[in-house]
Amino acid sequence: MSNIPIDLPKDAFSHMNAGSTESEIITRPSITFWADARRRLFKNKVAMIGLSIIIIITMLAIFVPIFSQYSYTKQDLTNTNAPPSIEHPFGTDSHGRDLWVRVWVGARVSLAVGIFGSVIPGIIGVVIGGISGYFGGKVDMIIMRFIDIVMCVPNMIYIILITIYIGTGPVALVIAFALTGWMGTARSVRGMILQLKEQEFVLASRTLGASSATLIFQHLIPNTLGIVVVSMTMGVPAAIFQEAFLSFIGLGIAPPIPSWGQLANMGISVFRVYPSQLLIPAVLISVTMLSFNLFGDGLRDALDPKLRM
Amino acid sequence: MAEHLLEVKGLKKYFRLGRNQVLHAVDDVSFYIDEGKTFGLVGESGCGKTTVGRTIIRLYDADEGKVLFDGMDVHKLKGKEYKQFTRKMQMIFQDPYASLDPRKTVGAIIGEGLKIHRLCKTKQEYTERIYELLEIVGLSREHANRFPHEFSGGQRQRVGIARALAVNPKFIVCDEAISALDVSIQAQIINLLVELQEKLKLTYLFIAHDLNVVRHISDDTAVMYLGQIIEMAETNELFNNPMHPYTIGLLAAAPEADPDYERSRPHMLMSGEVPSPINPAPVCRFSSRCPHARLKCTEEAPELKDIGNNHYVACFKIQEGWV
Repeated sequence: MSNIPIDLPKDAFSHMNAGSTESEIITRPSITFWADARRRLFKNKVAMIGLSIIIIITMLAIFVPIFSQYSYTKQDLTNTNAPPSIEHPFGTDSHGRDLWVRVWVGARVSLAVGIFGSVIPGIIGVVIGGISGYFGGKVDMIIMRFIDIVMCVPNMIYIILITIYIGTGPVALVIAFALTGWMGTARSVRGMILQLKEQEFVLASRTLGASSATLIFQHLIPNTLGIVVVSMTMGVPAAIFQEAFLSFIGLGIAPPIPSWGQLANMGISVFRVYPSQLLIPAVLISVTMLSFNLFGDGLRDALDPKLRM
Repeated sequence: MAEHLLEVKGLKKYFRLGRNQVLHAVDDVSFYIDEGKTFGLVGESGCGKTTVGRTIIRLYDADEGKVLFDGMDVHKLKGKEYKQFTRKMQMIFQDPYASLDPRKTVGAIIGEGLKIHRLCKTKQEYTERIYELLEIVGLSREHANRFPHEFSGGQRQRVGIARALAVNPKFIVCDEAISALDVSIQAQIINLLVELQEKLKLTYLFIAHDLNVVRHISDDTAVMYLGQIIEMAETNELFNNPMHPYTIGLLAAAPEADPDYERSRPHMLMSGEVPSPINPAPVCRFSSRCPHARLKCTEEAPELKDIGNNHYVACFKIQEGWV
């Protein structure tokens, strides 16, 4: 530290007003939480590529079967196992059915099972986890111990047992997923609610005389929604894969209704001669799962309040 | 009309932690607050200050004892009466980052009480009231559509105050309302609280660990140690003439603003740690750290007694005049 006196005249200084109002002005435009999340999601290129692929696949699944001249059941035994051509872009299968149509009808089934098989258990999980976390005590004890016990056995075993019991088909699969898939969500929602209900903003609402319904629907659920949406999005590829796996081993979707897993099952029998019949559904399953995972990742980053700028 | 606005009688709040483990968060606390006054409650972390505040406003149920507010037993109110009570007593919270719902606009946060109690008949009246409240706490009406994360800590605390004021309360529990703020902002918020007290005839229970702040704002002050009030007096009396060894130690530990004085003044350091509040023995709880402790202190628990001048102390040394 130097102690050399610096020659500064007194009149070089002037009083500055505290100006408390000016320094407190917020210049950033006001945007809602969801608008902010959307803005960040749209900036994420990888997530946007994932979303575009999901949209393209969904569009093809909706429109190809409507506008194609072939139906997914119509057989043409004079033209079996045809290679891809202009007439049949993905070729035909061993019964002479057009694979282009069958793949996109299969996409409908796979996507529907994937989405409903993730969203429905998600909703059940939110409700049960919410009840468990909010009311606590004995209710919480019973629900959590039940989940602990049920989760000891792998999900797939329950699903196989349920499909054997109630039969095959898309609806049966969704029911099986709904009965087995809610537990993970319930656990994480319970954890979040337990944490949130001790937060001061919830206490503040209670001191204002808010009812349980107000607390749950106005404060607790909106604050868990982000994470729930992400977990549902990440659940879609898992459900698509489970469906494909079950159909592949012959337990999920029964012929003649196609699904990607079932098409792969058909393709494996002729894999050595006509590899495209296995590769096409397999690639579609992989690409769709990857897209959902990438999109889910982006969504998680966008909804994470800690990354908010 | 009752004698005092708020009267706490023998309040006990225990938390059961497990088999045979009971945390005595608040153990037999009594005090009263008159209308328009500020009552300061000080003590170190974990001594039960916050629990006292939360039990008074019925965020927790009391295990024993009574809280009389305006002559009504707070813990026995039901339905409509309880809802009325929530209008009269409000709370300002410690952490301005956790006390506002991140998903709601400031307008909606302030308006929550108005909606719950249906205090506004028309939409326009509702908006006008929110603007008015924002201006009362020194924010501007443009802030109503903003989200909490856009504000600084001091501004958020102002929003918290506006939310409490929305329902026209008579009594406000300030639970460490300024501890999370910068010193310069603390002064602003304290001035705002004092100003509001004069304007709206509010009564405060001011919970804090900052002695200087409590000295500045409170009319009466109580010192808590391990769930019990060990000394209570009119604020100036307490700070100028502390009696209990713990209070003396606490005051000595607080730094002074003047560095020359700070360096020259005598420092009394307390030794030891705060004992566990789980299953405490029925003795003087400060005896394990007290330099004046005698056998009696480890066998009996002293009661809070008036030693004259409305100065209450729970210490055998003072009460029996040990040298």
